Amino acid sequence: MSTNDTEQVPDYPFRSPEPLEPPPQWAELRERCPMAPVRLPSGDQAMLLTRYRDVRGVLSDRRFSRQLGTDRAARIGSDGSETIFENADSASLTENHERWRGRLHKSFTAKRVNAMQPRVEQMTEQLVDEMIQQPPPADLLAMVGFPLPVWVICDLLGVPDVDRDKLAHWSNSMLSMTQYSREQMQAAQAEFDEYMQAHVAAKRAEPGEDLLSELIIAVDEGQALTERELLTIGQGILVAGHETTSNMIGKMMAMLLGERSRWELLLADPSLVRTAVEEVLRFDTNSGFGLPRFITEDVELEGHTIPGGTTVICSMAAANRDAASFEAAETMDLRRSPNPHLTFGAGPYACVGQALARTELQTVLRVLLRRLPTLALAVPAEQLELREGLLIGGFERVPVRW
Amino acid sequence: MTLRVIVDRDKCCGAGQCVMLVPDVFDQEDEGTVILLDPTPPESLHAAAREAACVCPGGAIRVDESG
Repeated sequence: MSTNDTEQVPDYPFRSPEPLEPPPQWAELRERCPMAPVRLPSGDQAMLLTRYRDVRGVLSDRRFSRQLGTDRAARIGSDGSETIFENADSASLTENHERWRGRLHKSFTAKRVNAMQPRVEQMTEQLVDEMIQQPPPADLLAMVGFPLPVWVICDLLGVPDVDRDKLAHWSNSMLSMTQYSREQMQAAQAEFDEYMQAHVAAKRAEPGEDLLSELIIAVDEGQALTERELLTIGQGILVAGHETTSNMIGKMMAMLLGERSRWELLLADPSLVRTAVEEVLRFDTNSGFGLPRFITEDVELEGHTIPGGTTVICSMAAANRDAASFEAAETMDLRRSPNPHLTFGAGPYACVGQALARTELQTVLRVLLRRLPTLALAVPAEQLELREGLLIGGFERVPVRW
Repeated sequence: MTLRVIVDRDKCCGAGQCVMLVPDVFDQEDEGTVILLDPTPPESLHAAAREAACVCPGGAIRVDESG
């Protein structure tokens, strides 16, 4: 690519002029340049995909690998920092994906998640109780959205309640793209590793009913998972399940309360909660960076050749607004069904925890509709402040009254 | 009208969406892979079966309505 072209390559991720509106580049690129060169925070270039068919196709195609740690792949984070995608341990897990993914699935099947639902509901009720002990306004994100997924993950990992705050902090730091320095990220990583090593040892001595104990037992039966893999899976569950779901709870409530008619529709017909959750997942403009993939060979995609050595970024959020795949794509329709959005990815690496995430979102929404029908944003939606510098987007605060 | 559900277990990624949507038609093994309980569900479940096929993240479910 010539120097001239390089100067015109847009910076990625894009910024939205309005927090709940899509960046204008999505529609432009979907229309005119579905495979667009972009510049990442590191300065390296990648190819951005914005059409539904392309994003779904690449995510379902094993030639597009998750080996972002290789020297030929584009760096993502600024200041030489390694993001979760490039982490060597994540890469080694990728190689051994087949043998551990099945084990994780055991904990996230529909049946297991359905069995967790009453506990999720009880936690949500407790958090709402605590929030409404003080007079309004309150930050719904800090009081409910942020703690709930950590509580659920701590339950899954058998982490005691007193350590929930520590895990929340590490999770936040490890996902950073630009918000924390490399030193801070490494410090968080080291603290988390140390904690998890001790925790794994404690679970080995005295196994519980949790996911980690199940994985440890599998290791001890000589079934392949190493100590290092256990720690990385523990970390993976935390970063994949915490920040994402917390932010989504905040964004869901901002979208549903931001236009009163949406909240009123759900109050009038709570049976719409399931499709409403799918629609806010589709409609979310701040789901973040997208998923990077790397190819070592030339690959044909929709009549174009993507050269080997290319790092591809799949923007699921842009794909979710593709009018070629969704009728009235720019309209939020809480009854939309079916809704094959790509927010949890697609193909062999689709989010393992999606049933749990859905259950958490549906439960929060049901509990809030029932307990706080007068719930409203305490600031205009357009004044909600976005968090900067994290791979997964969300709001700083979601102030509410009731 | 007959609706036949076809699953490709090699494509299944274990997300469990189908089980959540139509538990009378789909189940999962312990490790997540889809089990087809009823390849020819009654008409009352056709819409849900179509939805499950459409939203399956692995593209592992098809419905055949030709017969």
